[in-house]
Amino acid sequence: MSEEQSTTEETTTEGVEDAGSDRVMPTDENLAALACEFASAEFEVFEATGASWDIVTVSSDDYHGLVAAAHAAGYTLFIDLCAVDYLRRTPRFDVVVHIESISAGKRLRIKIGVPASDPSVASISDVFAGANFFEREAYDLMGITFTDHPDMTRILLPDEWEGHPLRKDASVGSVPVQFKASYKAP
Amino acid sequence: MSDTPHLATGDRETPTIEPPEPVGGLDDATSRREIHDVWVAGTEEQEWVRAATDEGAQEMLPEAQDAAATIQRGTAVDDDYIGEGGADEDQRQILNMGPQHPSTHGVLRLHLEIEGETIRRVKPIIGYLHTGMEKTAETLSYMQGATNVTRMDYLSPFHNELAYSLAVEQLLDVEIPTRAQAIRILMTELNRVASHLLWVATQGMDIGAVSMMLFGWQDRETCLEFFEKVTGLRMNHNYIRPGGVAADLHDGWEDDIEDLLVRVSAGIDRDEAILNKNPIFLDRTRGIGVITPEECRQYGVSGPIARGSGIAHDLRKVFPYSGIEQYDFDVPVGKHGDVLDRYLVRIEEMRQSLRIVEQILNTMPAGDFRTDDRKVTPPPRQRIDESMEALIHHFKLFTEGFRVPAGEAYQGVESPRGHLGVYIVSQGGARPWRLHVRAPSFAAVQAMPVMMTDLLVADLVATLASADPVLGDVDR
Repeated sequence: MSEEQSTTEETTTEGVEDAGSDRVMPTDENLAALACEFASAEFEVFEATGASWDIVTVSSDDYHGLVAAAHAAGYTLFIDLCAVDYLRRTPRFDVVVHIESISAGKRLRIKIGVPASDPSVASISDVFAGANFFEREAYDLMGITFTDHPDMTRILLPDEWEGHPLRKDASVGSVPVQFKASYKAP
Repeated sequence: MSDTPHLATGDRETPTIEPPEPVGGLDDATSRREIHDVWVAGTEEQEWVRAATDEGAQEMLPEAQDAAATIQRGTAVDDDYIGEGGADEDQRQILNMGPQHPSTHGVLRLHLEIEGETIRRVKPIIGYLHTGMEKTAETLSYMQGATNVTRMDYLSPFHNELAYSLAVEQLLDVEIPTRAQAIRILMTELNRVASHLLWVATQGMDIGAVSMMLFGWQDRETCLEFFEKVTGLRMNHNYIRPGGVAADLHDGWEDDIEDLLVRVSAGIDRDEAILNKNPIFLDRTRGIGVITPEECRQYGVSGPIARGSGIAHDLRKVFPYSGIEQYDFDVPVGKHGDVLDRYLVRIEEMRQSLRIVEQILNTMPAGDFRTDDRKVTPPPRQRIDESMEALIHHFKLFTEGFRVPAGEAYQGVESPRGHLGVYIVSQGGARPWRLHVRAPSFAAVQAMPVMMTDLLVADLVATLASADPVLGDVDR
């Protein structure tokens, strides 16, 4: 991961000096400054039915700053935050955030790799108040903690629940259900 | 309260509905022209009476303090609600509303801190209907997935299926025939009408207009009868699937739609006649449950709530899907962000949806109702009798399912409750690696403290109903 970051930084410094570098720049020009500011940000373009918008992968150190900068660049509408478990990949988890700029008519997807050894990233609920519940859901179901979150508790499952069911190593049927006579202990 | 109802039918400039200009960027200047502001006349800009503070609690601005609800406290019960206000925290009491309270529309639990009749703090507690549908989706093939998502938001099953199918089709990169697209829009827009009719019914009943319950359900029944005729089921249809729709429309569907348009439009007119000038209804909805545009953006609140607050944003215009850009319709936008504006936005949305349905009735293209890409669609019935390979193909498609190329897709559709998004991660298998649903009600429930703080408990019921949360959607 750190190796990847350092190579990206090199390409970025080249990119500032030399416009002909192969670094992908965002399609929304409001985000161009942001691409220069955050060295770890790697942009790609998302093409869908009649719409295209930017995807940015960023290191967890730059994540909060990038979200705040994107908010300042017009991406003020909070859409979604969720986590994905890739199990055998390093880093194991992705936190995926979708925000939208109403004035530019564009969406932005922000992806942050989160390692299994320390599954925590900064909370963005101070930038987007709406991220609060979504981060609690990601914590509850995927076990990713968000630092500086005002209320990092379970939201959908009971407080005394053990484990995080949306993780790939939490199998379906591993919790006994009372009315299922066919249940066999593992 | 002023005497002039700010948005009643009589004052509304009704012949304002014109074909919108071509959609361009949605900055504020142009959006006013193409996304139509239905209630322009006679309403000057009203100042937001409340400002956001920490924890979603709200403070009255100094000039609005006098108009604030006076507080009835403790055992000193006065009929005219006179109180001193500003009681310290010791004098507050905790009230649990739900999860079995009838007006929480399911199993929402609200943890209220009240000072007499006034709510000082609200904490929504959810999860009572959590059934792990996102986990279940990982165990179902793409073909089966639509049966799962249709049960999430059970009042707008077609929108769930559509968002899911469009996301899968994005990854598959298949072409959907125009007839299938038109059928999808027909069903989703009728679903919007059915959902809003149910909302008018329950909103009316929650604040005392009990006859609305009967009228709303009666008209919704007209829509559900059509759904039943087309899909075989009244809800949880599994009709819109990756690749197209499950079956073509029945013979004579045009007559059914014509009949439905007449009956439902008349029903909406009658509902408006009952409610729009009813002083009790207006008093109980005007200036209640206010949420500002900035709070909507912050909390990700979308749909009729955001449009009621003045955000001219509709995914059908901004990120059009399934060919909806070829139909003329306007997006109503309110100004005051209160319960009344949400009601008026929803009423107008129903009319606009019926307008889309009418256009589809006149322009329904001929053709196939699902793609002929054999990777997704099973072979026709006759081929199965003739060819062993076709039989095997059919069998494999329904047991193993089709494989979807690796990648990620996000698709948002405008559901009756707002921005419904499906995020799919595929790793090339026959089942999604991860399926996440961005539920509009989830965001709306989160914003409830913003709308409800400093209201009376009775107004909380009106506000809760106006947010139109579907708990199947919230908890998934």
